[in-house]
Amino acid sequence: MDVLTCRGLRKEFGDHVVLDGLDLTVGEHQVVALIGASGSGKSTLLRCVNLLEDLDDGVIELDGEDISDPRVDPDRVRRRIGMVFQSYNLFPHLSVLENITLAPIRVHRRPRAEAEAQARELLDRMGLGEKAHAYPDRLSGGQQQRVAMARALANSPRLMLLDEVTSALDPELVGEVLSMIRDLKADGMTMVLATHEMGFAREVADQVCFLDGGRVVEAGPPEQVLGDPTHPRTRQFLKRIIEAGRL
Amino acid sequence: MNVLHHIPSTAQQRRTAYRRRQTVRSVLVAATSTAALGTLLVLAVTGAPGWDRVRESFLDPAIARDALPAVLSGLWLNVRLLVCCAAGALLLGLVIALLRTLRGPVFFPVRALAAGYTYTFRGLPLIIVLYVLTLGVPGLRLQGMPPVLVLGGLALVLTYGGYLAEVFRAGIESIHPSQLAAARSLGLTYRQTMRHVVLPQAVRRVAPPLLNDVVALQKDVGLVSLAGPIDAVRAAQIATAETFNYTPYILAGVLFVLLAIPLIAVTDWVTLRSARRRSGG
Ligand SMILES: Nc1ncnc2c1ncn2[C@@H]1O[C@H](COP(=O)(O)OP(=O)(O)O)[C@@H](O)[C@H]1O
Ligand SMILES: [Mg+2]
Repeated sequence: MDVLTCRGLRKEFGDHVVLDGLDLTVGEHQVVALIGASGSGKSTLLRCVNLLEDLDDGVIELDGEDISDPRVDPDRVRRRIGMVFQSYNLFPHLSVLENITLAPIRVHRRPRAEAEAQARELLDRMGLGEKAHAYPDRLSGGQQQRVAMARALANSPRLMLLDEVTSALDPELVGEVLSMIRDLKADGMTMVLATHEMGFAREVADQVCFLDGGRVVEAGPPEQVLGDPTHPRTRQFLKRIIEAGRL
Repeated sequence: MNVLHHIPSTAQQRRTAYRRRQTVRSVLVAATSTAALGTLLVLAVTGAPGWDRVRESFLDPAIARDALPAVLSGLWLNVRLLVCCAAGALLLGLVIALLRTLRGPVFFPVRALAAGYTYTFRGLPLIIVLYVLTLGVPGLRLQGMPPVLVLGGLALVLTYGGYLAEVFRAGIESIHPSQLAAARSLGLTYRQTMRHVVLPQAVRRVAPPLLNDVVALQKDVGLVSLAGPIDAVRAAQIATAETFNYTPYILAGVLFVLLAIPLIAVTDWVTLRSARRRSGG
């Protein structure tokens, strides 16, 4: 069964239509990479799926449940979805450990000791064990982003949404975050990731979707979409990327 | 490699010695200039033609000693009022600020009321609020009317609550929306997001202006004496009227400053710390 189904999504900001009848399906254990020019609506799509934006039309289903129904409690939906942002968005007044245990303790009402044990396990797995009591402003960008991923994972989500999680990082820090995503894929996590890292999309994605004009204009296995695109807009986009030396 | 057993190079040793000499020199310069300026001021004031008269009517030790008990017991009223009114105004300000952040049509009346409150009480002079509450309200002769002191305290809480609400609101609005998005995406409810993510950061950010308003409140609590209760300034006024000497005022002023020093010091310390934090130190 599919984890996520989007049908005919429409989102407008004022008279600017960002999503215009977008369809997307993500199967269990699948990794879907969203590519497209800056401003093509990748972040908006992820925010809509996480119910951070109200839809103007269309339906979103999570595990077959219509989560775009206004009667659905958005807080309950978001507990099942982990989201990681380009700018990490860690809580600066909380330590690394408190960042990770906030939702398990407050949202899932887990005992503090249990939540902390789980958080430490996550941190150890990411090689951040000794940073548990550090504050975010003492960490490098790569470390912050890994903590942000741990924070999202502590909710044991059904689906992870990653929005250009490496775009704000210095090049030598990108690798550590990408290798975490690789590990997640190996664990069978279902993921949708917006990315500029075409090489990484090719390596990790089961499916690459090219967004343009508010729709997915081309979707398929990475070799096909990135290697031999059929749609002229995809070709044009990839040509610009290659010229910029990013493929 | 080893930080602990690092032996400084001769260049670094020379630099350290030079810096030490410079420090000693600046301390000496500062001490000399302070002493010079102090002497000059004392000479100018005590040498003035009217100095003896001024000293008699403003700085009479005997009168100060006599007035001290009354002024001190007045000051005790100031302190009690300050503690209660500061706590009340902070709480009221916080609640009003939170009500103003509520979204959705259901909350329109609450939002409107909260906004109306801040507009009214920030615009209304404190003295008028005081007179209305302490002189006007008891005139209603309702059963169980609280004493004038409580009504005066209420006037202070209402007025300062309006200012503090705006400070809190500025703090809440200064938190970047991405922090809310991150909290909500974890499944935290709006209330949990406010409680655990927004407010702790907002309060830290606006602590200096909040404390500043508390320092201002400290000076304004004495205004309740307009309605009868005797605070330090009013006690000094009574003593002055008895002796025809202004020394009690000076006494009250000195006591007020002494009282404010800890609060002002805390404010400065908090301001400095938050400035340092923001600059990423
Ligand atoms: N809150 C908003 N208000 C108005 N316009 C927005 C808002 N969020 C995004 N947009 C606009 O929507 C378009 C798509 O943005 P985004 O989804 O961030 O694109 P991408 O992530 O693919 O770069 C952009 O033109 C952007 O300016
Ligand atoms: Mg984006």
